[in-house]
Amino acid sequence: MAEILIKNVAKHFAGHTALSDINLTIADQEFMVLLGASGCGKTTLLRIIAGLETASTGEVWIGGRRIDHLAPRDRGIAMVFQNYAVFPHLTVFENIGFGLRMQKRPHADVTARVEKVAGLLHIEKLLKRYSGELSGGQRQRVAVARALAMEPDVILMDEPLSNLDALLRLEMRAELKGVLAESRTTAIYVTHDQVEAMSLADRISVMHAGRIIQAAAPIEVYRNPAAEFVAGFIGNPPMNFLPAAAQGRGRWLVAGQIFDGPDHHGPIKFAIRPEDVRPGDSGLAAQVRLVEPLGAHLLVTCMIEGTMFRAVLDSDLSLKTGDRLTLTPQPDRIRWFDPATTLAVA
Amino acid sequence: MTEALVTPQSARSVISAGRVVYLTAVVLLCAWVLVPLYFLVINTLSSPATVNSFPKPLIPEFDLGSLRFFAGFGGMLDALKNSIIVASMTMVMSIVIGAPAGYALSRFEFRGKELFRILILLTRAFPLPLLALPLAVLFIRTGLDDTTFGLALVHTTLAIPFAVLITYSLFSGIPVELEEAAWTLGCTRFQAFIKVVLPLILPGITASAIFAFVISWNEVFAAAVLTIQSRTLTAFLLQTLGEAPMHLKFAGGFILVVPALIFIFAVRKYLFAMWGIANR
Repeated sequence: MAEILIKNVAKHFAGHTALSDINLTIADQEFMVLLGASGCGKTTLLRIIAGLETASTGEVWIGGRRIDHLAPRDRGIAMVFQNYAVFPHLTVFENIGFGLRMQKRPHADVTARVEKVAGLLHIEKLLKRYSGELSGGQRQRVAVARALAMEPDVILMDEPLSNLDALLRLEMRAELKGVLAESRTTAIYVTHDQVEAMSLADRISVMHAGRIIQAAAPIEVYRNPAAEFVAGFIGNPPMNFLPAAAQGRGRWLVAGQIFDGPDHHGPIKFAIRPEDVRPGDSGLAAQVRLVEPLGAHLLVTCMIEGTMFRAVLDSDLSLKTGDRLTLTPQPDRIRWFDPATTLAVA
Repeated sequence: MTEALVTPQSARSVISAGRVVYLTAVVLLCAWVLVPLYFLVINTLSSPATVNSFPKPLIPEFDLGSLRFFAGFGGMLDALKNSIIVASMTMVMSIVIGAPAGYALSRFEFRGKELFRILILLTRAFPLPLLALPLAVLFIRTGLDDTTFGLALVHTTLAIPFAVLITYSLFSGIPVELEEAAWTLGCTRFQAFIKVVLPLILPGITASAIFAFVISWNEVFAAAVLTIQSRTLTAFLLQTLGEAPMHLKFAGGFILVVPALIFIFAVRKYLFAMWGIANR
């Protein structure tokens, strides 16, 4: 059992706050992705869990044991680094077996374990090589194998795929998901790539400016963003926002059209994903500015009452710049946000 | 069209002009080092008569008289021994003190780090003659005068700035993630250093140690002022060759230069790496 508990963790560097009051529970065997733009504090949080950084305040628990005062080696964790950190003076075999050697395990035991994880990551043939003789993808595999060989309670990964080229990244992503599911370890994975996050995660923690904005299942984060930041960060293109004017209780005027919405005092914003609109008879009156055929569909950039709006439409449509069309939002996909708090309004 | 034709040509002439300057610089620098060495070798391997004659022969006559004279010269071997002892002590002390400082500079952020780096360089700003008298007085009071250890201390002071700055750049070249990975894989800070950093840095440390050795080997002023009985080779030669004939001076210079040259030649690969020059 390796449930991770992060309680009120904060980190201040000289003059600025990298993390403020982080509270997060990660279940045993869960794959948690910390997602955010660079500088949002995701790597700092990971390094605090690893013990490579000390939290200014707060507690970290792994498997019912408080570990924030322990050295990295006593925490039952293993880490995969962005630049792989494969030891250049050791062979692949000794790299993978490094942690086991430190535990002073018998040689036969080390050999068996190294060969097992090497098989898992398809690097059995590379065991005698040095890191200088490996490609980026192979180094990546060695780094993951080295972490798995420790059979840790928790495996921590800091943007492990970001140094690979696009095709290899796709392949490694699928493989990583399989290998980690098999190893049944709790995993925390840091990335700035939302596609990577969506495809790997059991749960995503979207981070921004040192806070966790939303921690939920990928589809939940996508469908029901808790805040404007999440709506604008996740999805490519991101969610569209339009101003709404009150028309009595729970009724809002958006671009000349009345929608049923929440009962809310003060201003509110209407939001919809680009793929959740269809051309129809009634709805939002739009003027096409740009049409980008992307094969599977059309990405249409248009203006609705002076606000830019992106729609992903069927590629059968023939549209050109200057065309006028009416976009009908799918009623159950409409979301509302309070511009004052930027939070979602139900 | 004409423009298109002219531009590549002028570009080519700029390149060739740059090449001429480059080659000239290379030739001049090589000559600056090699010409004195050439005369040193020629004159050492010549008979006294040839040394004082002009023009010099281009090929030495391999007269070993001057060198044979030194081999049998009283005190010479003692001085050589002292030089090796002092240089070895300097080598060990400057690395033992300098490398941890280099490590700290490369791995930790602390107040006054920049000031510290400048202060290290400033230790070379005071000319040794300025320090020699107070040092001599201090050494006599503490009983360190005329000892190899006392001299090694002074030489260590001279070598430490290099040791610190060289090891600083060596340690900075080793990604901190390698150490961090070792920590997460069960190492203490010290174990990670021994198992990961040290093997990677050993060639560089060796080079910087040899460099310290050569600094001590070549140093003459402090050696001459602070020792009387236990003179090092440089101080010994300075003392004995002051009034000696020309051919013996050349031979003495030869004896001094050759070991340093051999050392530098042996570790040239690491010296290149140390100064961040691609080793081709």
